[in-house]
Amino acid sequence: MSWLEVGKLAGLWALEVLAIAVPVALSVAYITYAERRIIGWMQIRKGCNRVGWAGLLQPIADGLKLFLKETIIPTTANKFLFVAAPVMSLLPALVAFAVVPFGETTLGGLWKTAHVMAISNLNVGVLYVMAISGLGIYGILMAGWASNSKYAFLGAIRSTCQMVSYEVSMGFAIVCVLMLSGSLNLTEIVHAQAGGFWHWYWIPLLPVFLVFFISGVAETNRSPFDLPEGESELVAGFFVEYSGMWFATFSLAEYAAMILISRMTSIMFMGGWYAPFPFLDFIPGTVWLLGKTAFLIFVFIWFRATFPRYRYDQLMRLGWKVFLPWTLAWIAVLGIAIYTPGLSDVIGFWRPGVTP
Amino acid sequence: MSLARRTAKTWLLVELFRCLMLTGKYLFKKKITVEYPEERTPLSPRFRGLHALRRYESGEERCIACKLCEVICPALAITIESEERDDGTRRTTRYDIDMTKCIYCGLCQEACPVDAIVETQVFEFATETRKELNYTKDMLLEVGARYEKQIAANIAADARYR
Repeated sequence: MSWLEVGKLAGLWALEVLAIAVPVALSVAYITYAERRIIGWMQIRKGCNRVGWAGLLQPIADGLKLFLKETIIPTTANKFLFVAAPVMSLLPALVAFAVVPFGETTLGGLWKTAHVMAISNLNVGVLYVMAISGLGIYGILMAGWASNSKYAFLGAIRSTCQMVSYEVSMGFAIVCVLMLSGSLNLTEIVHAQAGGFWHWYWIPLLPVFLVFFISGVAETNRSPFDLPEGESELVAGFFVEYSGMWFATFSLAEYAAMILISRMTSIMFMGGWYAPFPFLDFIPGTVWLLGKTAFLIFVFIWFRATFPRYRYDQLMRLGWKVFLPWTLAWIAVLGIAIYTPGLSDVIGFWRPGVTP
Repeated sequence: MSLARRTAKTWLLVELFRCLMLTGKYLFKKKITVEYPEERTPLSPRFRGLHALRRYESGEERCIACKLCEVICPALAITIESEERDDGTRRTTRYDIDMTKCIYCGLCQEACPVDAIVETQVFEFATETRKELNYTKDMLLEVGARYEKQIAANIAADARYR
């Protein structure tokens, strides 16, 4: 391969990465805006409506402010880890988007077959997303440790404990999906749900769907599971010592993880880019996928406006004593249903193309 | 409540969904935000804001330098010096209120026998330096002159409760 070709390829890859990372960063900015407005409305306030028309420039003003603020590194902190931690928590959240498809397109009939819109249509996509998003814990742990502060450390321990606990039940919830789809490829999982909303996995997997989404809320350290940053006891949790741009990086990571969880939920349980009714197929699939994602993000925000924070022992109880047995039981129920002669036809409705 | 009902309620997340419905309903309610510089809440006639020294309609200043306000002021914000004027009446030569000390309790207004020192409904008098918040007699009289109509109306509105 000549240098020119290598350069072309690298340029193409860079474009692909930018095509994902820039919209994600932008949507993160506007999710913070949406969060402030929606929580405001739910508290019968108006929310931020001053900067720009209806406050639409607010996230940009916020970003500018954070960008211009001084970055303070505590003298007792481990400087390398302190700076590396925010990057370490943002990177996995962004890298995971590489395999998550945006939809399918024929480019307005230019291509004969539909192509999947994803940087990489990986065959083990689900595993990849789980593995990469699991790495995000390291960023939090590093931040807590490198800050050399008790509050940050306690916050990091809480956060790590919580994320590890809920990743287990999330993993088992995904196993249920895989039992139906018979594939680890995210595109295949969506294809298996083709048709109306009655083909989507949330019907046979309803409890697992709820477990997965609630675990996702816990996984991203969002309210009501935001104990790592429980401000009444820990000030701000693992990022107490962070300021300016590095602080912004942490919230960027949190919101990117939120988008990722919402996308994964809509792909695995809510039919990805398929319309709920076949006659709505004329609307492009990407719109459906992004719409479902946006709705789930709204639910995230809705939760935050509604539920008070969990106590820590309740959180651990919910993760280990409720969600884990529940998902394990559902795996057994599914397995038995798949191999029981009468039931296998019923469950087979959601398993097109999978031979038992 | 029977065990079965309680179990069903727990596992079907009934109460969580009811909470979500409640906040969902509030999402569409009329918002009560008052967008401050453009919109304002109504103020009581008893509102205790910036101080003012008043004059009689003849133009004579009301204050007779009895110093009751200076005595009662719990924050020691008022400083008064007085002298005998040529016509034999006692008047102030100096009447300072340090707005950084003042706690806006309204006791000076209560104490005043001639309704000379009053608190107005003005509350937007923030300044860039502390020095500007040291109000002298001239400044207080000027405030009184500017808001006399409002002050008189407020005193009249509150008179029957005194």
